[in-house]
Amino acid sequence: MSRRRVGLLVTCLVDFFRPEVGFASIRLLEAAGCEVVVPEIQTCCGQPAWNSGDRDSSQVLALAIIDAFAGLDAVVAPSGSCIGMLRQYPAVLGDSHPRHADAVGLAGRCHELTSFLVDELGYRGGGKVQPGDGPVTYHDACAGLRELGIRDQPRTLLAAAGVSIREMDGATVCCGFGGTFCIKYPEISGAMVDDKVASIERSGATTVVAGDLGCLLNIEGRLARLGKPVRVRHIVELLGAERLGADLNVLEASAEQRP
Amino acid sequence: MSLETRSTTFPQQVRVARADANLQQALGKLKFGLTAMRGAAVAKLPEFEQLRHDAAAIRDHTLNHLDHYLLRFEAAAKARGGHVHFAPDAAAANAIVLEICRSVDARKVTKGKSMVTEEIELNAHLEAHGITCLETDLGEYIVQLRKERPSHIVAPAIHVLKEQVAETFAAHHGPALAGGRSEPAALMAEARAVIRRHFLEADVGITGANFAIAETGSTVIVTNEGNGDLTQSLPKVHIAVTGIEKIVPTLEDASTLIRLLSRSATGQEASVYNTFSSGPRRPEDPDGPEAFHVILVDNGRSSMLGSVFQDMLRCIRCGACMNHCPVYGQVGGQAYGSVYPGPMGAVLTPSLAGIEVAGHLPNASTFCGACEAVCPVRIPLPKLMRHWREREFEAGLAPSASRFGLALWGFAARRPWLYRLLSRAAATLLARLGGRRGYLARLPLGRGWTAWRDLPAPAGVTFQAAYRRRRGGDADAGKG
Repeated sequence: MSRRRVGLLVTCLVDFFRPEVGFASIRLLEAAGCEVVVPEIQTCCGQPAWNSGDRDSSQVLALAIIDAFAGLDAVVAPSGSCIGMLRQYPAVLGDSHPRHADAVGLAGRCHELTSFLVDELGYRGGGKVQPGDGPVTYHDACAGLRELGIRDQPRTLLAAAGVSIREMDGATVCCGFGGTFCIKYPEISGAMVDDKVASIERSGATTVVAGDLGCLLNIEGRLARLGKPVRVRHIVELLGAERLGADLNVLEASAEQRP
Repeated sequence: MSLETRSTTFPQQVRVARADANLQQALGKLKFGLTAMRGAAVAKLPEFEQLRHDAAAIRDHTLNHLDHYLLRFEAAAKARGGHVHFAPDAAAANAIVLEICRSVDARKVTKGKSMVTEEIELNAHLEAHGITCLETDLGEYIVQLRKERPSHIVAPAIHVLKEQVAETFAAHHGPALAGGRSEPAALMAEARAVIRRHFLEADVGITGANFAIAETGSTVIVTNEGNGDLTQSLPKVHIAVTGIEKIVPTLEDASTLIRLLSRSATGQEASVYNTFSSGPRRPEDPDGPEAFHVILVDNGRSSMLGSVFQDMLRCIRCGACMNHCPVYGQVGGQAYGSVYPGPMGAVLTPSLAGIEVAGHLPNASTFCGACEAVCPVRIPLPKLMRHWREREFEAGLAPSASRFGLALWGFAARRPWLYRLLSRAAATLLARLGGRRGYLARLPLGRGWTAWRDLPAPAGVTFQAAYRRRRGGDADAGKG
């Protein structure tokens, strides 16, 4: 198979909060034999607008993503939620939109990262987890699980990396993030994330891992508020961890260069 | 639009629900009860997925030809000596029931469980005209005594602990029977003893109908307590009140749906009673009512036909969506302020009552998709809730703070250069505010987040900035 040119949809949350997840994604895709391209003009997939009922904004952002990733063999994101959104672009534009066919094309070649590695590339990895991570439990993020059918792929990759998972009860129950939901209905969201924290604690794991940064920020924020010493990691941070130090140096250097 | 709701004050009701220790204890049992039982029943039926597919097809076909099947039902029911009434709205349905009751000079009515009669507030209407209504389903009876509304479409009193039931019975029944009031079985025996007297005194029995079969003109109730059978067979008159969408073409179709309904609702392979009513008592029948009326209620349903919300009319009222909904699991049914709570209510309530009063309901969802995953007729509930958000946005009904925030964010997200500028500045600022701990406990304009959570501070430099620097500022690097 010729080397695939893969566009990385960084996602707005990774771009803003956890750039190391973006670098780890690139390393994993390169290790799996892909040429990785990062279009600069990407901002956000438009999900906040779409789920708030703002179709016009959703269409503008969908078209921007369609254009940014034109001509690539695949579009991959370290997020089931954002890929789930890209798969809805045909519905966002509607059947009669002149770019509908482009949206269908993009929807057919976009993939969440772990499923792309395992299902499309047959990659199993084998990287080593950083020492000190301790027992790990995996939270199944809703969009990845129920919209994209991602359940075994991350576990396959973690197992190949030598991670044994202590499954929590209710691993597939929503953590309460829900995008703008967590801000609009904080009492409900807070109660949901408390249930998730309780499940994590019952598992006995010292690290919780998931494939979507929205859930992870929510869970990490609640753990921090409660003073719980559980570590929170995006799955690619474990799988692509061997070169984390090098990229962190780049990050720090970049930070220092700022005026 | 005649469904009464208290949905505009949903956030306040959420706070009350979260602070109610009894309710939280009751809700805690949900996931180990109905949810686990459904899971076990589905695991034992390999063709469950195929049944869901078939059931959705049956419902779609019927809805696409609803006029035809309604008329067939009417003809078949009349041929068996039944009466069929079409009620365009709640007021019409209530008037028809009252007229039938008056025609037999009814003073007392017993009722089987019926969500449509809750929707049209039939009890209040009949009581206002001097007719006593007694709910005979145990959960409905408890809720009626407590002057509450059902909190669940299948288990109306799921929000009430057995200790609270004991208190309610003590207040209404006087001294306990020999069995006391500490065990559920004793409470049930007490309720049975009280309710049984009323069955014999009732002039009219009113039930709902899980299905109305066009082929035979029969209505069907799927129950577990036997109260529905006594309600409809002992009094002189049986009135079945149901929605126009409950029609199914054939007996065979009804049995397909019943196989799904029982498993989805309570995890039973079959409910205890599946009762088919076809007309009044015939001369050779040992029992049965002298008159059989079916009232088919529209009350906003026909406006959903042919709209993006038509799929919602496939609903067979199993309650699986609310049993599996993490939002319902935190707040219970009464917080929704609508007869129909949970995910199905979040779609149906705005359809029947208007989005302007029910806007919170489709918004109070994370779109986790658990409801759609278990729906026996595969209703795309998150998609339909999103459609309601779109209607709300288009009508300018969304809260101004969220519209403003969204507009600001959208303005930047459409302009990559501006977005990068702002996100870099914000990342720098928040990283500094996060300090060495790396978390922000307070945020300007971010109380929704920080009321419960710290905000993990950003790394301080965005991925795009770090990536471009790593690429040595090569502007073309990575351009698709």
